[in-house]
Amino acid sequence: MTQLDQVMAKVRQENRAALIAYIPAGFPSQEGCAKAIRVLADAGVDAIEIGFPYSDPVMDGPVIQEAADISIKAGTKAADVFAALKVASDTGVAAVVMTYWNPIAKYGVEKFAQSIADNGGSGVITPDLTIEESDEWIAATGKSGINPIYVVAPSTSNERLKNVTAKTGGFVYAASMMGVTGSRDAVSSTASELVSRVRTVTELPISVGLGVSTREQAKSLAAYADGVIVGSAFIKLLLDAPSEQAGLDAISDLAKELALGVREGR
Amino acid sequence: MIIDGHFGEYGGRFVPEALIGALEELEAAHKASQEDPSFIAELTELHRTYTGRPSIITEAKRFGEHAGGARIFLKREDLNHTGSHKINNVLGQALLTKRMGKKRIIAETGAGQHGVASATAAALMGLECVVYMGEEDTRRQALNVARMKLLGAEVVPVTSGSKTLKDAINEAMRDWVTNVADTHYMLGTVAGPHPFPTMVRDFHKIIGIEAREQMLTLTGKLPDAVLACVGGGSNAIGIFNAFIPDANVRLIGLEAGGDGVETGRHAATITGGSPGVLHGTRSYVLQDDNGQTIESHSISAGLDYPGVGPEHAYLHDIGRAEYRAINDDAAMAAFELLCKTEGIIPAIETAHALAGALVIGKEIGPDANLLINLSGRGDKDVQTAAEYFGIPL
Repeated sequence: MTQLDQVMAKVRQENRAALIAYIPAGFPSQEGCAKAIRVLADAGVDAIEIGFPYSDPVMDGPVIQEAADISIKAGTKAADVFAALKVASDTGVAAVVMTYWNPIAKYGVEKFAQSIADNGGSGVITPDLTIEESDEWIAATGKSGINPIYVVAPSTSNERLKNVTAKTGGFVYAASMMGVTGSRDAVSSTASELVSRVRTVTELPISVGLGVSTREQAKSLAAYADGVIVGSAFIKLLLDAPSEQAGLDAISDLAKELALGVREGR
Repeated sequence: MIIDGHFGEYGGRFVPEALIGALEELEAAHKASQEDPSFIAELTELHRTYTGRPSIITEAKRFGEHAGGARIFLKREDLNHTGSHKINNVLGQALLTKRMGKKRIIAETGAGQHGVASATAAALMGLECVVYMGEEDTRRQALNVARMKLLGAEVVPVTSGSKTLKDAINEAMRDWVTNVADTHYMLGTVAGPHPFPTMVRDFHKIIGIEAREQMLTLTGKLPDAVLACVGGGSNAIGIFNAFIPDANVRLIGLEAGGDGVETGRHAATITGGSPGVLHGTRSYVLQDDNGQTIESHSISAGLDYPGVGPEHAYLHDIGRAEYRAINDDAAMAAFELLCKTEGIIPAIETAHALAGALVIGKEIGPDANLLINLSGRGDKDVQTAAEYFGIPL
């Protein structure tokens, strides 16, 4: 059982949704990232996704692209990702990595999975790895005892939901809509429809991401989802802040609001 | 082994789950169309009356004198409507788009050739067309931007990343993830997730089928080698495909060596890259130690891409095809030579294949028969060439 499994079980017991925050390693700087992780954990976040920035992030909108560019230009490497993961897991929250497949393949599939485990990580979200290409990854994550977390979309057929969730661990990442990451004014109604379809094929917790940025949205998702994932909204605050400290204060405030939201849904 | 969209260890699908449904739909539509006489008849008729197929073969005798006396045969894809081989693929995909009941196409373009071809097919078939083009490239290829607009397409300059072809593909994929229900992504080369490498090859294999028969008629035998430039590799696969079973015919792909592979400033993905995943497929990739894509460099915008089609990676690894790099200067020398010896201005992309012929001809000697895919005409490159050769505009 990973730390993530335990966190998801705990929030289920507390009859609420988990709040899951995303931040890329090396953003806004190596040190700034570590500070942001601690701020988010203090503010009541249940789990943190550390992004391993990639040069060609086709699932990401402009905000995360910009953060990834900053991080890559600063020279962020796998070692920095593992260091950030360690910072996160040391705070007591569940810590996972989110990245595209090529950085994992280049690092070495088994070695990557083991490094996640060695640094207190619970799993990895792989948005462009299809289950058909996953044999080596499933073997590696199994061996290292971490959760392979797959994304499902509103366009995913019921048959395929069954196959994808059968390979998934930790939680199922349900994309709230057809589109890329980034804040939206409203979270689409496709999210609840997708979550109900996923419920029919798996007992796994289901976390919803894409477009969430406010307490109200978190509250409405928490009514039916087991986890609420917020990324771009935090990153935008850090990008727009006049100083690093101002950015950290802003994400702390938002995380506290969202933490209330995930407790108000039911 | 080529099976289920995999070419040995290459190919496959590395895409967001949101796209799987559309890729499965496309795969099924493509498979059905290949066995559907009405589809084949419609496409054949379009090629006859619109593209201008079959494209002719021209023997380049004066050019051949500079290639060790080898006989050089040019497959004239430059004479197709819109000026390159790209039309073969877009007409096929546009017909499929209509069959799938989709109303909108999106496309990426580097030099603008595929964008122009896509806009052309969209105009012909009454489809809405949006072309993503790196902001850098919209400046370098302003004429093609105007052509696309005249044809009724919307051109979206891409400002993310390196602002070139690679980022235009990223942006097109983001559009597709969002609008997949009514939109077809008209990918322009034999890369990307399955079924694109297979489907785009199938729409271009007419080049090799025609050329093989034309060579037998013209010379009574098969050529010693078939040469083509390779960026993503669509024109090369198109002409190679029919010759793959002919074990005695060498297949030679010429990659863009830029300033020289040893300088790191090049786009020779097989020669200077390593296996990895980019834009939905596993193939050779220009990448750093962290798996980040490295920006490519070439005088030819159409070859300036840090990936390559997975079937080329496979043909390379099994030793069926050879890949060599041609530097900018060698390509431009061959460009000038073809202009002055044959009265044909080739695309700078194609000039890489011509430069390869000068080398291979000398290696094999005067008995050699070389078939070259003259994949595009060079009108679009006049400004680049004028700058390169110091011709005042």
